[in-house]
Amino acid sequence: MSALPNSATRGAMRIETRMSEDRVAPDELADLEKVITVRDLDLFYGQAQALKRVSLDIPRSHVVAFIGPSGCGKSTLLRCFNRMNDLVDSCRIQGEILLDGKDIMDPKVNVAQLRRRVGMVFQKPNPFPKSIYENVAYGLRLLGVKNRAQLDAAVEKSLRGAALWDEVKDRLDSSGLSLSGGQQQRLVIARAIALEPEVLLLDEPCSALDPIATAKVEDLIVELKDRYTIVIVTHNMQQAARVSDFTAYMYLGELVEFGQTDEIFLRPKVKHTEDYITGRFG
Amino acid sequence: MRDWIRSGSPWIWLTAGAVAASLLAVAGVMALTALRGLGHFWPKPVVETTFMERDGKRSGLIGELRDREEVSVRRLRDSGFTIAGDAVFVERVLVKMGNRDVTGADFRWFPVPLLGEIKYPKDIITLERREWGNFYGHLLAVKEDGKVVAEGEAAWPELLARFERADRLFWQIHALEKYDIGRINYSLEQARLESRALEIRGQLTDERTAGLEKRKAELNAEFGKLQERVAALRKDIGRDTLLARVQDGKEVEVRLALVADVYRPNDMGFASKIGHYAGKLREFITEDPREANTEGGIFPAIFGTVMMVLLMAVMVTPLGIMAAIYMREYARQGLLIRIIRISVNNLAGVPSIVYGVFGLGFFVYFLGGNIDQLFFPEALPAPTFGSPGLLWASLTLAILTLPVVIVSTEEGLARVPRSVREGSLALGATKAETLIKTVLPMASPAMMTGLILAIARAAGEVAPLMLVGVVKLAPALPVDGYFPYMHLERKFMHLGFHIYDVGFQSPNVEAARPLVYATALLLVIVIMVLNLAAIRLRNQLREKYRGLESV
Repeated sequence: MSALPNSATRGAMRIETRMSEDRVAPDELADLEKVITVRDLDLFYGQAQALKRVSLDIPRSHVVAFIGPSGCGKSTLLRCFNRMNDLVDSCRIQGEILLDGKDIMDPKVNVAQLRRRVGMVFQKPNPFPKSIYENVAYGLRLLGVKNRAQLDAAVEKSLRGAALWDEVKDRLDSSGLSLSGGQQQRLVIARAIALEPEVLLLDEPCSALDPIATAKVEDLIVELKDRYTIVIVTHNMQQAARVSDFTAYMYLGELVEFGQTDEIFLRPKVKHTEDYITGRFG
Repeated sequence: MRDWIRSGSPWIWLTAGAVAASLLAVAGVMALTALRGLGHFWPKPVVETTFMERDGKRSGLIGELRDREEVSVRRLRDSGFTIAGDAVFVERVLVKMGNRDVTGADFRWFPVPLLGEIKYPKDIITLERREWGNFYGHLLAVKEDGKVVAEGEAAWPELLARFERADRLFWQIHALEKYDIGRINYSLEQARLESRALEIRGQLTDERTAGLEKRKAELNAEFGKLQERVAALRKDIGRDTLLARVQDGKEVEVRLALVADVYRPNDMGFASKIGHYAGKLREFITEDPREANTEGGIFPAIFGTVMMVLLMAVMVTPLGIMAAIYMREYARQGLLIRIIRISVNNLAGVPSIVYGVFGLGFFVYFLGGNIDQLFFPEALPAPTFGSPGLLWASLTLAILTLPVVIVSTEEGLARVPRSVREGSLALGATKAETLIKTVLPMASPAMMTGLILAIARAAGEVAPLMLVGVVKLAPALPVDGYFPYMHLERKFMHLGFHIYDVGFQSPNVEAARPLVYATALLLVIVIMVLNLAAIRLRNQLREKYRGLESV
């Protein structure tokens, strides 16, 4: 997972340079307003424990990256934030997850509403077999929006937000599946931000994309962080370094280290983190 | 050789051979039925010749050559024919002699050496009659009320003109009896049921009885008038007769009222033969059967088949799809659901006659009987829904094809990728919204596949239908102009049963055989049309949800 093609690395370097100039010194985590607070989270799939006493805070309007080897529980943790784990029958969760101070694990919580506030983008682009327009309007139509002008405006705004508008504005009626992989992934992001969520969860959003498409999606993530809190799971350490403000390193279901991205990558406090980042294992 | 085997070529040949064999089988079936069936409507030349009977006398013979085959001379000699020469085998021909009322037998085999000179006289006429089958003979004269109006050469054009008149009158009588008298009978029956219903409820007052009686009297008066009109028409149509000389020289008089069609097959050019052929084909498809189904058309059977299949589709599709959705999407995938799934799969293998027995016992006697008790007590003891009918036949077939629809819908649902479902859920859709807005549309081509298989199976099924609603001859179509227009309790005709009936139960199997092939061809065509419609629909859906595989 560490060996990237050369071209990608070069593309990544360019981005990193640009970002390094833009980047303001990140604040201390403790000073920031929290969107999501996780306290002592244990998660079991049947008998197997996938998350062990995880506690962390996701600060508002920042990008948080989860890194770690496969099976370390980072996707599982991400899927707790919009309760996608409800779909797994054998899944059992203990502990507390607060969104804006309210417990989302409460059985009384309206899951559909929660998922509108916490959008999610998956590993593989999964547009619906509908037109581009309908893909983006899907969530709004679920909310009962029927006004054509309102929908038009929202679709355009979301597609612009996902940096896809210029590429598809002339063929909004063609199938979402006719787009390229990178475009599909941005379409899916547009679909998610059409609902104006507070938090956007990205589950390895670039793992099925080529380097150029990856660069575009990464640019987009950086643009989006002003308006949305973004949590991204990635296997690609450079990507975490490029786009995130805070990074959490997880291993075997435990949160090993969580802090400012620069700190994690330059001065990791835990030896394990350092080994992983430098590629000595994993 | 070993290399050749290892290269896989024999495998390719084997598989390709299987495809070729399948294609050949299908093409063979279609070609055979088409050839045997469609040839029937072509006007056949009528031969005139003589034949030497066993006792050495020569007798005249007129008829159509229908078939020929080799037969051993010894067998013929054993049965009493005298055949000269030392050939071991001779040819014999099957002749349709018609004139069943005169000769007693329609068909007979004749050894060719015993036939005289074969001629095709142009003046021989073929009559298709509404009773007694075909008639062949030399036209001698046309009569009106027993008096000759045309003779010799002049007789033919006169016959054509008078035949047209008689035919028109026949359809007039037919329409009067079927529609006008039918309507009065219907109204009378309604009045009877109404009075019986009032009687059962104890609301039959004298006043009401008088009203009903008055209505009955009016209807009866109308009925009498119509009867008079029909009688007048009947007298009119019985006016004309024709006189013809048949094979043994006797002169026979035939009433034009009985004639369904008349032509001179040996005098027809190619163009007129084509016209005749098209007419016969149209008659076959659009008209009612005659003479115990061995003549005329098969329209009621086509109508019944299509109607039943459509009703079946309307009933089985929602039921099967909903069952599949529950089993695949909502039910806990445990032991119970596995057992249910296996049972459903096994249901597809239950012999269809078993479904027929079930339909008769449950639907017809139990459900139908109870419906009659509850809703149609006035008609009892005559059953309304308590006897086999279209509704029960469709329901039985719906149950029969239910497993097919469930299995294919389940497969379609299973093929919708998890990622698409999660995508929808992540946008705040509930499970039901995800199903309706995304999953079901994506699974719709698979549902159509299930429907196509169900239609194919249902349209070809005959055995269970014999128990739950199909009859040899239905007095009326299940759809007509009387409220409620759709009469699901009525018995109906079916192409599959028609084939069985005409082929094996008819009094004149030899004459009906081509009709069996023609009906079989039509059944295949009907099923193909139904299937093609469904396939078209499925392809449109597939086009719409194309790219599913790439997700």
